[in-house]
This record gives sequence, structure tokens and C-alpha cells, in this order.
Amino acid sequence: MVVRSLFFASFRDLAGTGELAVELPAGARVADLVAHLRRPGSPLASIPERPAVAVNLEYAPLGTALADGDVVAFIPPVAGG
Amino acid sequence: MSPPARACRVTPDAIDPRELLESSVTPSDGAALLFWGVVRNEHGGRAVQSLEYEAYAEMAERKMQQIADEARERFGTGAIRIVHRVGLLAVGEASVGIAVAAPHRGEAYEASRYVIEELKRRVPVWKREGYVDGERHWVPGYTPTVEKGD
Repeated sequence: MVVRSLFFASFRDLAGTGELAVELPAGARVADLVAHLRRPGSPLASIPERPAVAVNLEYAPLGTALADGDVVAFIPPVAGG
Repeated sequence: MSPPARACRVTPDAIDPRELLESSVTPSDGAALLFWGVVRNEHGGRAVQSLEYEAYAEMAERKMQQIADEARERFGTGAIRIVHRVGLLAVGEASVGIAVAAPHRGEAYEASRYVIEELKRRVPVWKREGYVDGERHWVPGYTPTVEKGD
């Protein structure tokens, strides 16, 4: 399956892009995507082990199961207002 | 007449305080408050020249609407409208406007405070400060709490 990963603010600066399509094995969870993005040598290796993540516009725990076409946004600490 | 603007939105355009406040009021309201968040000229002792706001707009609008709904239910207010600005803002410009209308003033004050505090905790918006010496960096913020069912 393929999920859309979105990066904002400092995470986008690290990734060098705002969006990546990532192929994952069936049954993958958010934690698997995080581990994939943090692999050694990846531009995102330095993101936190437990970043805040939203799946399809809602905050989601790292154990959330992913499905083909899901949109997974990596949310650095927020600073609105 | 143009259709009414969405109650909670992210916009690159300057926020109109009068439109935001007046459009929140209905005949059952006895008070309306406007919270007006503006760009300050210093942060942590450094002179700030500009502030650049970025949002995950689709999710930010959804989160702002959830917060407005929570506040209305919790405090029993009337309409609540939230507008957050994105893009490059100068000192003195408004980054956020929150209008709360209510039958009585007490619940309006409480709801207004609730909305801005919750917005800062969980709405996906970021800001990058530009200093007068040319440097710029992302302002550290809150890590949203991710709970089951959130």
C-alpha cells in the first residue's frame, strides 16, 4: 500500500519537501512509517521517535493501522495564536 | 449578499475585526467579545521584524471548529467564530481573531479564554520569526496530546 506523508514547518525543512508517497507492507501501522522515515541516512532521521501524527485530519496514536491512500501528517510542536 | 463566511477558517488575507465581531451576534445575545492576537515586536529579548505563519489548513479549520463547538457546549455561548491568518505578517498585524457572542458576558469571557488556550495546544499552525538581524527560526510550541479517540 502507499500512504501520503505530509511535512510541515521544521519537519518540511528537514525533509526538503512537503509531501512524500511512501510504500509500506500491508498491515503497517503509523509506528512503522515513523521507523521508515527515521532510518539511518534518511533526511528525517532526526525527527522524534514519537512525533505527533494526524491520520486523515485527526491526531492518531502510533499504533493506528494504516490503509492504502491514507494521509499521514507529521505535526511538529504547534505555535498558533 | 455574499454567503456567510465559514465560522472557522484559515486565510492569507487580513482579518476584518468588525465583520468578525458583528457577524457573530444574534438577537438572543447580550454581549460579544473579540480576542485579537497581534504580532509583537520582541520575543525572548530579541527584536522581531516579521512573523511567518504556516498551517495545515484543512486540519486547522477542522480543529478550530471542534474547539468552537466544545466551548459553545461547555459555556453555553452563542456563535463562536475563529479566523487564523497565514503568510508573512508585520508587527502589529493580527494573526488570530476570535469572536464569541453570548446571552451574558460571563460565559463569553470564559469561552474566549478557552478557545485561545486550546487553539495554542492543538491547532496545527506554526510560526517562524524573522529578527532584525536577518536570522529566522521556527518558534518552539506545544506538542499536541494524542489520545485515543481524539
